[in-house]
Amino acid sequence: MTKGNRSSVFKKKTTPYLYLLPTIILMLILLIIPIIMVVRYSFYDNVIINKNPVFVGLENFKKIITDSTFLAAIKNTFIFVSVSVVAHLIIGICFAMLLNTRYLGNKTKGIFRVIYVLPWMFTASVIAILWKMMLNPNGIVNYLLQFFNLTSQNIEWLGSRKFALLAVTFINIWSGYPFYMISVLAGLQGISTDLYEASSLDGANAVQTFFRITIPQLKPILISLIMLDFVWTIQQFALIWMTTGGGPINATETLSTYIYKQGFSKYQYSMASASAVIVLIICTIIAIFYVRHQKARD
Amino acid sequence: MKLRMAMKKVFTVSLAGAVVLSLTACGSPKEKKKVDGGTSTSSASNPSDEGGGKEVTLEFQQWWGVELPDGALAEVCQEFTDKTGIKIELLSNPYADTKTQIAAGAAAGTMADVVGLDGSWVYDFAKQGSIANLTDAMKDVGYDDSQLSDQIKYEGNTYMIPVVNFAYPMYVNMDILNAAGVSKIPTTWTEFQDACKAVKEYDSSIAGWAIPLSTESPSGIQNQFMSWLWASGGSMLTDNNKPNLTGNSDLEKTVEFVKELDEAGVIAEGAYSMKEPDMVEEFTNGRVAFMTDGISHLTTIRKEAPDLNFDIVKLPVMEGFTGQSGMDVANWGIGIAENCENKKEAWQFVEYLMSPEVNAKLSELANAFPGNSKAEPDYSKSDELFQKTYDLFQECYAVNEFTGLPTSEELMRTFDEQLQLYLDGDTSSAADMLKAVQEIWEPAFE
Repeated sequence: MTKGNRSSVFKKKTTPYLYLLPTIILMLILLIIPIIMVVRYSFYDNVIINKNPVFVGLENFKKIITDSTFLAAIKNTFIFVSVSVVAHLIIGICFAMLLNTRYLGNKTKGIFRVIYVLPWMFTASVIAILWKMMLNPNGIVNYLLQFFNLTSQNIEWLGSRKFALLAVTFINIWSGYPFYMISVLAGLQGISTDLYEASSLDGANAVQTFFRITIPQLKPILISLIMLDFVWTIQQFALIWMTTGGGPINATETLSTYIYKQGFSKYQYSMASASAVIVLIICTIIAIFYVRHQKARD
Repeated sequence: MKLRMAMKKVFTVSLAGAVVLSLTACGSPKEKKKVDGGTSTSSASNPSDEGGGKEVTLEFQQWWGVELPDGALAEVCQEFTDKTGIKIELLSNPYADTKTQIAAGAAAGTMADVVGLDGSWVYDFAKQGSIANLTDAMKDVGYDDSQLSDQIKYEGNTYMIPVVNFAYPMYVNMDILNAAGVSKIPTTWTEFQDACKAVKEYDSSIAGWAIPLSTESPSGIQNQFMSWLWASGGSMLTDNNKPNLTGNSDLEKTVEFVKELDEAGVIAEGAYSMKEPDMVEEFTNGRVAFMTDGISHLTTIRKEAPDLNFDIVKLPVMEGFTGQSGMDVANWGIGIAENCENKKEAWQFVEYLMSPEVNAKLSELANAFPGNSKAEPDYSKSDELFQKTYDLFQECYAVNEFTGLPTSEELMRTFDEQLQLYLDGDTSSAADMLKAVQEIWEPAFE
């Protein structure tokens, strides 16, 4: 191989890496190094506050998993995430199918598409303020319930231990379903009409068509959506913090609010790091499944 | 194959080099500071010292700019720049955001040079070593600290100076009281309970009193709960500032008093998710007869409800109490970051804000009381209720026992949670509740 050829091959091989370099550097600085720092912190006694932190092994993890508030946070997070993901899925599919129907005109569908997607346009703070006002004991939700004789007294939706988690989960469902709706709608529009025509010729009814044609065709999209939503919902902080702050008592305490309080209220950065590592492990497991699924799909 | 190996090596070395360079740049404290006309800040000081060669810019992070009239703080800072040549870069955000950003800055060592502080943050930042010892700064320049109305200390040294103070008196909706047939403003707890009950009987949709107990922002414990105790001369701490909750009869009575109000159904609904602004909104909309609130909200209430007929009074006291009442105060404090490279200039700025003239001006702008005892704000153009509050404040002693305590906000939060458990009937007595809080609080003081 001549010198010129070698140089050309070298250039060809290096060029892609040079293009990737800025992204890799950014990822290292903004992602990998902070993660390594958090993992390291989780094995020390109180870092930052303590100028000479001592390595304590798994001590922080032991403390956390025996902390009743953390266990409550795990339980609440599980309910919050599982109910949100299932509700997002069902509502998203229903609305997407409504918007994909052939019984409505394009203009009507366009109007509803805008209306249905609106919750997704708002930031978490706007959503929190909006629903705090509506769910206020003197707010419109209680007014409507009383107007239709569904309750005789004001319900403290966000202020009672009985209803707070339900209310916060509902708000999260409201704010998150449009993502499913848009993605599923795109998926529905990509399903070949031949399949529906064939099933119709075979005498399949609407339910059979839905479960035998629509769902299998949407399956790759749905699995991706569920996994992404799981990761996003487990990390939901702003909405919960701004509506209930994890209260009353710890009725809406989730992993994200627990970590925030450990770090920014108790100044227990090692404990916050240990809790964050637990969330990281959960999200990493989901991410592995997601990547595998994507690879299999490709 | 060889080429591939060589490529890998080159790539790895380049990557490592780039990361080291990037990290060096990130970690360098020099880059944080903005210096006009200079490449390094390490030697930057007062321009007069350096022959005007370099200009210093100090970052000033606070929430005051958001709460003061538009541009008012910038104007005050500009006057400082005009006098000294030291530029001030304002980083103004709402209170909660400021707290998070300062805490993050404290953890990362990237705190702004001068920071607005709340008394409840001081202990933790001082313990972390992220805010500077102001006692040393004052000694260095021979500052006479006798003019300061208060100093927040940690281990005997000052770390925060309150710039302005906000008193927390009681707001009373006079129209509601008149309509409910309450002719006399309550001065004792029993009279207060009776007045609240009369309001509730007059109109069940109006609450007698409101207390914000949201655990997101648990300041309701200091401002709306403990203020009852302090008004009756009580204390939640021992003489050496340790928790004194177990067996504290005054505090037990205060807890029971709030429980009685709750059982009588006179407390505004949604207390457990209510924050101070929500409470102010309830009062402004005429849905609450009494609220304990900061004088800083007076302007907002006047603006939002110009026709609201309300008055400001001292908090009612426990039966039989005849001593001087304590009035809860919140303050805008100031401190200097330990990582500040221009501490001398930073102190100059603090001294400027604490000078009698500037401090008086800030007090007028903020509807607050000055942190410098020699400042003489002109309140003649202020609301007459503000003047009345100032007179009431003079009759009381300023108090906020949460100021300077370790993990102060967390102490309030845990008290809040235990109070909610007691109000909900999960804890059988006020004594048991306070015992539980004492047990939770004690480790923080060790």
